[in-house]
Amino acid sequence: MADMTASTPDTTRRKGDTTLGHIVYVLRDNPVTMLAFAMLAFFLGCAFFGPALVPYDPLATNAARALEAPSWDHWFGTDNLGRDVFSRVIVATRLDLTISVAAVALSFVIGSILGSIAGYWGGWLDAVLNRCLDTIMAFPLFVLAMGVVAALGNTVENIIYATAIINIPFYARLVRAEVNIRRHSGFAQAAKLAGNSDLRVLAVHIFPNSLPPMMVQVSLNLGWAILNAAGLSFIGLGVAPPTPEWGIMVAEGANFIVSGEWWLAVFPGLWLMLAVFTFNLLGDGLRDIVDPRKRT
Amino acid sequence: MATRSKMILGRVAQAIPVVMGVVVISFLLTRALPGDPAAYFAGPAADEASIAEIRETLGLDKPLFQQFFYYVGDLIRGELGTSLTTGQAVLTDLGARLPASLELTLVALLLSCAIAIPLGVLAATRPGTWVDHLCRVLVTAGVSMPTFFTGILLIYIFYYLAGLAPSPLGRLDFIYLSPPHVTGFYLIDAALAGDWETWLGALKQLILPATTLALFTLAPIARMTRAAMLSALSSDFIRTARAAGLSDRKVLFGYAFRNALLPVVTTLGMVFSFTLGANVLVEKVFAWPGIGSYAVEALVVSDYAAVQGFVLAMALLFVALNLVIDIAYALIDPRIGLN
Repeated sequence: MADMTASTPDTTRRKGDTTLGHIVYVLRDNPVTMLAFAMLAFFLGCAFFGPALVPYDPLATNAARALEAPSWDHWFGTDNLGRDVFSRVIVATRLDLTISVAAVALSFVIGSILGSIAGYWGGWLDAVLNRCLDTIMAFPLFVLAMGVVAALGNTVENIIYATAIINIPFYARLVRAEVNIRRHSGFAQAAKLAGNSDLRVLAVHIFPNSLPPMMVQVSLNLGWAILNAAGLSFIGLGVAPPTPEWGIMVAEGANFIVSGEWWLAVFPGLWLMLAVFTFNLLGDGLRDIVDPRKRT
Repeated sequence: MATRSKMILGRVAQAIPVVMGVVVISFLLTRALPGDPAAYFAGPAADEASIAEIRETLGLDKPLFQQFFYYVGDLIRGELGTSLTTGQAVLTDLGARLPASLELTLVALLLSCAIAIPLGVLAATRPGTWVDHLCRVLVTAGVSMPTFFTGILLIYIFYYLAGLAPSPLGRLDFIYLSPPHVTGFYLIDAALAGDWETWLGALKQLILPATTLALFTLAPIARMTRAAMLSALSSDFIRTARAAGLSDRKVLFGYAFRNALLPVVTTLGMVFSFTLGANVLVEKVFAWPGIGSYAVEALVVSDYAAVQGFVLAMALLFVALNLVIDIAYALIDPRIGLN
């Protein structure tokens, strides 16, 4: 008895050590991934606390100080209405991250469900799903997103839906492939023989195996979703001015770039690039952890 | 040869349901566009009766199902409707603007292939050296660059600061006359007419937008070339070729590169899709009079025939291109048709 109580916490602690040890080992091995995690933390910080911390109201105009170059007062300068570009860039983080996270979450859930069903049951369900996905993939995806936002109406939610729709095929195909190769494997049949329903075997035993490659996909997709959303608002779809959003700020700043006021477009553009860069680095890092053979 | 042509026929048959799906989606999308085209056509002074009459002549009072059949019938006759903004047939508009987009896209793709493929090959043959690292940095930076931002940055540097590039407004500076219309590609038309001054002017306008698009497409091509070369170089037939005493050059270009080319060609199809999408943004930045900027203008005023025509044209272009790529794949793959 005494032995057991003594050994139980011991093993759990050692287990915790190895998990933590593994993460530390992986991160130490790959400083770039660590940098990506730090940048992610920074962007999340901006999204959560940015609006409370910025020095100026992102919507407050000040005609007396319009189009000022970056200075100590206004780190990123001011725009044509005298709004502080730094405050607007930081505040926009929340909206841009929300759009991409919501869109990716939606396509993750819908893609997982569709892919699992098609991969597990196969047959005509699989064939129909594949044809539908082919049709979505037949469009240049940005063009399809434009069409969807235009058709559903010009709102932030519709940007999310459009971005989700164009991402669903990637998730559905990934899950379908992962589920399909495991549906007759030993552990799935054992779970079935033990009296689990099809749905339970699929959800609890088979689907979790596809999570590691899905995580990589999610991280790469987040960057792409941000680019997509910013691109849509750049051409005037979705987010309406004066809301601070990176794409729309670049679009507004573009009018001033030919007369030399570079800070209007460059800072939001750089921020957008940095955010996408973070997610791409993160995705590559996760891929190295999950499947080192796919390193390219 | 028989297997090869059977495979090509099978591939063409596969494209048919996709095309039908594309037609259905583009029909549904544009019917959902906000705004009533009948009210638009009737003008602001129209009353209820005349709007209803126009709705009837446009066929908009019929059930959706029936409208779809009218739509398909029109499509078969090559009828895409009339644009509300330009007042011309959408097909004419698209036809007039398509060469501008294609010229931009093709020049950009050529440029990026010319840089990315050698870069990928170099990186694969010298893993771990500075070329390899340069390739990796370029690839990750390239996929993170929003095209519209790259374009604006290039305009700032090369037009405003350096004064090297002409003003980013369209395909040709106003001091030049556009060359006589043959293909619609200004570079080809000007060359055909022997007007080298205009040719140079068109090239100058083209360089910045093409570079913007090329930077965007560099990443996937370089990445795929490197991966394909690495896997080709580590395969058994390369070892055999080396063991047989073939020269490095022969092994690299005669065997490894030819095999690595197959996945690269497939990637090109995907890259082309991205480029068509990115075209819309780049055309807006550079005021390029292609079909992308046409669609953006049409979207703003809910010009449904024009948007529909654009979406459909893009999707069909892309389906056709993928078909061509797959057929090319079947033709260059030495394994097909041997057995």
